[in-house]
Amino acid sequence: MALLEVKDLDVGFDTPEGRVHAVNHLNFSLKAGETLALVGESGSGKTQTVMAILGLLAENGHVSGQALLKGKDLLQMNTPELNQLRGSEIAMIFQDPMTSLNPYLRIDKQMIEVVVHHRGLKKAEAMAKAVEMLRSVHIPDPERIIRQYPHELSGGMRQKVMVAMGLLSEPALLIADEPTAALDVTVQVQVTHLMGALREKSNAAIILISHDLGIVAGLCDRVLVMYAGEAVECGSVDQIYYDPKHPYTQGLLNSVPRLDQPDDKGMQAIPGNPPNLLALPGGCKFRDRCPKAFDACIEKPPMQLDEDRHAFRCFLGAPS
Amino acid sequence: MRVQDLSVHFKLREGGLLSAKTHTIKAVDGVSFDLDAGETLGIVGESGCGKSTLARALLALIKPRRGRVLWLGEDLNKLDEEDLRKKRQDMQIVFQDPLAALNPRMTVRNIIAEPLWTFFPKIARVQVDERVRGVMKMVGLLPNQVNRYPHEFSAGQCQRIGIARALVLNPKLVVCDEPVSALDVSIQAQIVNLLKDLQKKQNLSLVFIAHDLSVVKHISDRVMVMYLGRAMELADREHLYRRPLHPYTSALIKAVPVPDPKLARAAGDTGLTGDMPSPLDPPAGCVFHSRCPYLIKRCQLEVPALRRLESGDWVACHRAEELDLTIGKSG
Repeated sequence: MALLEVKDLDVGFDTPEGRVHAVNHLNFSLKAGETLALVGESGSGKTQTVMAILGLLAENGHVSGQALLKGKDLLQMNTPELNQLRGSEIAMIFQDPMTSLNPYLRIDKQMIEVVVHHRGLKKAEAMAKAVEMLRSVHIPDPERIIRQYPHELSGGMRQKVMVAMGLLSEPALLIADEPTAALDVTVQVQVTHLMGALREKSNAAIILISHDLGIVAGLCDRVLVMYAGEAVECGSVDQIYYDPKHPYTQGLLNSVPRLDQPDDKGMQAIPGNPPNLLALPGGCKFRDRCPKAFDACIEKPPMQLDEDRHAFRCFLGAPS
Repeated sequence: MRVQDLSVHFKLREGGLLSAKTHTIKAVDGVSFDLDAGETLGIVGESGCGKSTLARALLALIKPRRGRVLWLGEDLNKLDEEDLRKKRQDMQIVFQDPLAALNPRMTVRNIIAEPLWTFFPKIARVQVDERVRGVMKMVGLLPNQVNRYPHEFSAGQCQRIGIARALVLNPKLVVCDEPVSALDVSIQAQIVNLLKDLQKKQNLSLVFIAHDLSVVKHISDRVMVMYLGRAMELADREHLYRRPLHPYTSALIKAVPVPDPKLARAAGDTGLTGDMPSPLDPPAGCVFHSRCPYLIKRCQLEVPALRRLESGDWVACHRAEELDLTIGKSG
């Protein structure tokens, strides 16, 4: 059975300019131990998807559909019920390690709070566990570090603390929103490897959000590509990277600057800008920027599924 | 432009306000290079390596502690204020965060025209309009959007506005401080290609600062790699990406993620452990020795000078000749 099953998820926001549809009819599922990447440009709805699942939408947000975690619908739960799950069954690593740690509290206090609250551990046990977890994310001298305040640590260290904190409660589902975006490249590699290694150990399912297909490649099992709030392609990493069907996915892949290939082609961008969610075009939403758009694209393409569970929303690439 | 032994130090007071004890941060320490007309120099390094401080020192926005910045033979820091102001016409900067760098209460027209008014207070309105429309077209913005405000544009478009403002005075040098790192990967190439294009057309000299080597490759003629305020390597682009001379450069190259699942899964570590040390307390000897996989005793004792090899490339590593860091070779 799927660990998480998202069905027909819609997220909208009421703004003075009207309702913004951030996520439209999104469906996906995730098995235990599986890593799924949500990929797309800013504004494509990646973050709002997971915020909706976690019940963390802003006040003007509306959500409909279902998000079943082990069969129970997260979207129907009230706050106390959700609080019970958040931090135990589900953990989240936010994008910016600078702002998601409480600057007034020492690391130890922030880390053990979670396990003391959810797992009923004694303080001393929790402390030992926290130190152990810091060690496993390769933080040197964890006994000392854990007694420091967030501002005393570098960005890389803080992000490693966030990863350790996320894994401390042994969640069934770990959500990581651009966990390496704020980090230096050499530290990025360390954190990515770390998440990969820890997944092997804990068998947690991971949802990784990123706008960079370079980072996703080594870490994920499956990839869901989003554009303007919709899934446009979904498949295994190999399908997405070696046989991308949607022109948007192809564009994203081509835009990653590569050092391992001759650069006679120069850097390739996706032309235009991400669409304004208040004024979305009808038909295929990518057609304004699509190099392969043709007459049929005025109609909205349905999600097609080939025999290998590789889904894409484009008229091209259909079996003829 | 010629930069000689440029150093920028910041003093930091330790303890309370009344404490007399000060620390010195060597944000930029002994950096030298030449920049030709029409050339692009990429400057790469992780946060805290001093690249933004260097950018500001190049434009004489910060006074250096030591060393000189020569612009067409003249030392910028010896000029009086009025002369320096005139020279600034030729030198412009594009900032990292496109939205933060634009005044939200000004229209695009006023943002782009401001440098014109500053340097030519008596300029006629028609001329301003003509020039503004001209640069907007040049950077790929629609001239009929002149009366809009920055928030009506996407991040990529805002960066184009920032570039238009930098170009409106026809400068000879543009310093770009992480111009694409705040943009989506899919949009980054647009801006890089735009800058490359403009540079060719206008024969601009560009200093292009970034924290990762992949973007810089496509625009630079030469690349300088910085670490803790010091230049580790300054080399021709082709040489640097094929066979880096400094272990830090090689680690930075290996750190660039490859969008290919099989290669990415097989990719090893960068060989680097830990974070960059605090610039308050840099390691003795080679500043990189605490993270270097090729450390020998000499590295802890002796600061390697930035020296010129036969190839014409510069490197600050004691072991540059004996190490073969060719990319693609294992180890």
